[in-house]
Amino acid sequence: MENLDINFSEEQAMLMNTAQKFSRDNSSLDKVRELIETEKGFDQKVWQEMIQLGWAGIAIPEEFGGSGLNVGDLVPVFEGMGRHLVSAPLFTQILASQLLLAAGSPEQKSQWLPKIADGSIIASIAMTEMNGSWNSADIEASHSNGTLTGTKTSVLNGTDADLIISVVKETDGQLQLALLEKSAVAGKMQRETAIDETRRSFRLNLDGIQVAQSQLLNSGNVNDAIAQMSRTAWLLLSAEMAGGINGVMDVTVEYLKLRKQFGQPIGSYQGLKHPMANILVDLESSRSHCYHAASVVSDGPESETAEIAARMAISLASETFTYASDRAIQFHGGFGFTYDCDAQLFLRRARWCEFAFGDAQHHRKKLADLLL
Amino acid sequence: MAPSQKELDEFKLEAESWFDTNTPAQPSFALPDSFMEVGTDEQFNFLRDWQNKVYEAGYLGIAWPKELGGRGMDPAFQNITDAVMAKRKVPFMMNTIGLCWAGPMIMQMGSEEQKQKYIKRILSAEDIWCQGFSEPDNGSDLGNAQLKAVKDGDDYVLNGAKIWTSLGSHADHMILLARTNPEATNKYAGLSFFLSPMKIDGVKPVPLRKITGEYGFTETFFTDARIPASCMVGAEGMGWQVAMATLAFERGASTGQAGGQSMVMLEASQVVDLARRAKRDGKPAIEDPIVRDKIVQFLITERALLLNEKRRSVGALNAERPFAIPLASKLQYSEFRRELCQFAVSLQGSEATLYYGDEQAIDSGFWQRAYFNAFSATIGGGTSEIQRNILGERVLGLPKG
Repeated sequence: MENLDINFSEEQAMLMNTAQKFSRDNSSLDKVRELIETEKGFDQKVWQEMIQLGWAGIAIPEEFGGSGLNVGDLVPVFEGMGRHLVSAPLFTQILASQLLLAAGSPEQKSQWLPKIADGSIIASIAMTEMNGSWNSADIEASHSNGTLTGTKTSVLNGTDADLIISVVKETDGQLQLALLEKSAVAGKMQRETAIDETRRSFRLNLDGIQVAQSQLLNSGNVNDAIAQMSRTAWLLLSAEMAGGINGVMDVTVEYLKLRKQFGQPIGSYQGLKHPMANILVDLESSRSHCYHAASVVSDGPESETAEIAARMAISLASETFTYASDRAIQFHGGFGFTYDCDAQLFLRRARWCEFAFGDAQHHRKKLADLLL
Repeated sequence: MAPSQKELDEFKLEAESWFDTNTPAQPSFALPDSFMEVGTDEQFNFLRDWQNKVYEAGYLGIAWPKELGGRGMDPAFQNITDAVMAKRKVPFMMNTIGLCWAGPMIMQMGSEEQKQKYIKRILSAEDIWCQGFSEPDNGSDLGNAQLKAVKDGDDYVLNGAKIWTSLGSHADHMILLARTNPEATNKYAGLSFFLSPMKIDGVKPVPLRKITGEYGFTETFFTDARIPASCMVGAEGMGWQVAMATLAFERGASTGQAGGQSMVMLEASQVVDLARRAKRDGKPAIEDPIVRDKIVQFLITERALLLNEKRRSVGALNAERPFAIPLASKLQYSEFRRELCQFAVSLQGSEATLYYGDEQAIDSGFWQRAYFNAFSATIGGGTSEIQRNILGERVLGLPKG
C-alpha cells in the first residue's frame, strides 16, 4: 500500500502560527530590500530572536541542547519564512547540524551541536562546485594527506560562518567531510553574485587548507550522511518555495484587484484569472507533497519512501514557484519589469531555490529510475 | 462515537471478502467509462443490477440515515468500502447523480415526503436520476436557464429543453432548474427547482451521439409536461440556492455522498504498464527519456490528488483557504484524466491512428476512447474554465468579469 501519510501535530500547528507571525512582523518587503543593501544580508537581532525561538535546535537531540524533534518539524518554519522572504542563515545551520549528527564522532557532536543550537556559532556547508553538477559523484575537490584542493561554490554566509563543512573526495574516490573553522578559510572566500540578492554566497578556494584527522567527519557513513542531508535540503527548500509561491501569489492577487484597465480591475479578465487559479491549484498540491515529505523524511537513511517524497515535493514546488513568479512579473505589466516591483524579489528567490539542489527535471530523472 | 480501529479492520475484512466473492465477471459487451457514457440497455441493466446488489449487501449509503434506507453508521465505514471497491476496480455505481448530489441535496433541503419517497430508491437503483441544468442556449451561464414552469392549479406545466442529459434515456427522475417567473427582479430570482418525473407525457429524451460515436446522453424536450407542485424543492424563486447547494455536492465541496465510484478510475500505473508494452520507433516507450519524464509528472500529480484528499482532514493545514482543495479537486482530476489518456495514446506510435473497435489496436483502442470520453468530466458539471473562475473569485477573491 502506498504511503500517503500526512502527520501534523499540535506542536507543528503552533510552530506554523509562530513562524507565520514572526516572519510577517520581521520581514516586510521593504525590510527585505533594506537587507539586500547590507554586507551581511540578514538582521543579527532577528536572527537572535529566531535562535531564542529554538529554531536552530529543533532537529538536534536534547542531549546536545536541541529540542529533539526532527527535520520534518522545520517545514512550517521554512514555509513561513519563505512566504516573507526572510533572510537568515538558518537553512545551512540546519544542514550542517544534520551532517554532524549523521557522521560526527561523539566529541565532534558535543563540541559543535550545542553551539549550533544556541546560535553561538553560524554553520554552513560547501557542497557544489564550478562543474554545475548536483551529483556528489562529480565532486572534484579533494583531500590528500591532510591537505585540501579544489573550489567550492554557493557557500552561504561564507564570511560570517564560524564552521563550514565541506564535501570533498579522498584519493580513492570515497566522499569525505571536512570541518573547517573560520580561521582556516580566512582569505579564501570570494563573494559570488547570487541571483537571489537576499542570499550571501561565496566561492571557497580550498587549495592548501590543512585539516587534522580530528577535523574529518567520518564516524558515521559519509555517503548516507550526505544523502540524508540532501533530502533535508530538498524538504526545507520545498517548504521555503511553498511559502514563496504563497507570497508571490499574495502580491499578484493584490495587484490584480487594484489595477484597472479598460474600466475593469485586471483580475476580472480570465487571461489573468485562470493562470492564478492554476497557480493556486499547484500551490496546494505543492503543500500537500511537502507535508507528506515532512512526515516521512526522517525514516532511516536508506528510506526510498523518504527520497521519493522529498524529490517529488521539491520538483513540483520549484516548477510552481518559478511559474508563479514568472507570471507575477508579466501580470504587473511595465511595472513588473522594474526593479521596484516586488515580483522580482520572488522570481530571483525562485530561480535560486530551483537550481541550488537539483531542478525539477533532475529530480524527475532520479524519480523515473526509482519508480519505473 | 468514532468507531475503533478494530471495528474498522473487521469491517474491511468483511467488505473485501464480499467484493471478492460477488464482483461480477467482465460481461461479453464493453462497459462504459463512466455514468455519463451509459449508451445501451445491456450496459444499463448490468450496472443497475450491480448497484442494487451492492446496496442490498449493505455497502452503499452506509452513512445515510437508517430511516431513509441507509445504515446510519460512521462515514469511515463507507470510505473503507469505497477504497475496497476502488482497489478491485469493481464496476462503478451508475446512479451517480442520485447518490452523489441529488440525494444529498434532497436530504439537506427536501421535504420529509420527498426524502421518504426518493432516498432509499436512489440507493437501491430502483430509481435512476438525471440532471436538467444545461440548456441548448445556456450551459455555463446556468443562471440564465429558460425552461418554463407555469403554475396551473396543483401542477406546474413545463415547456422547453434541457441538454447533455446523462442517463436521459433511462432515468426515472430529473433534478430540474426551471424559470417560474420571467419577470423577477433578476435572472436568479426567477428560478425554481423541481424533482421531475421523466416517464410522463410531454417529456421526450432524444439521444445525442458523442464524439466517440456512441450514445450516452440526450437532449430532453418538455412539451406541456405536467408535474405536481409537490415536486418543488424549497419555495418558488429559491431554485438558484438549491442549484448551488446541489453543485457543491456535485463538485465535492460539500460532503455526504452515498459512496462508490462514478467512473472507471484510471491510474498512472496503467499508463506505466502500457509504456512497457507499447513501442515507439522500435523500442519500448518506457525507455524514452521524454516519456519517462512525462510519466513521472503524472505520478506527481496523481499523488498530489491523493495527498490533497488526505490533507483535507488536517484542519490547521487548511485554515487559510478551507475551500481551495474541495473546489479544485474536480478541475484537477478531470484535467489529469484527460491529459493522461491523451498521453497514453501517444505512446502507441503509428498504432495510435487506430480507434476503439479495431481488434488489432493496442488495448482494443481503450485509451483512444477514454481520451475522447475524458472531456465529459472537463466540460460536464461546470467546465474547467468555469472552475478556474470559481477558484479565482471565491478562493483568491479576484473580481468577477
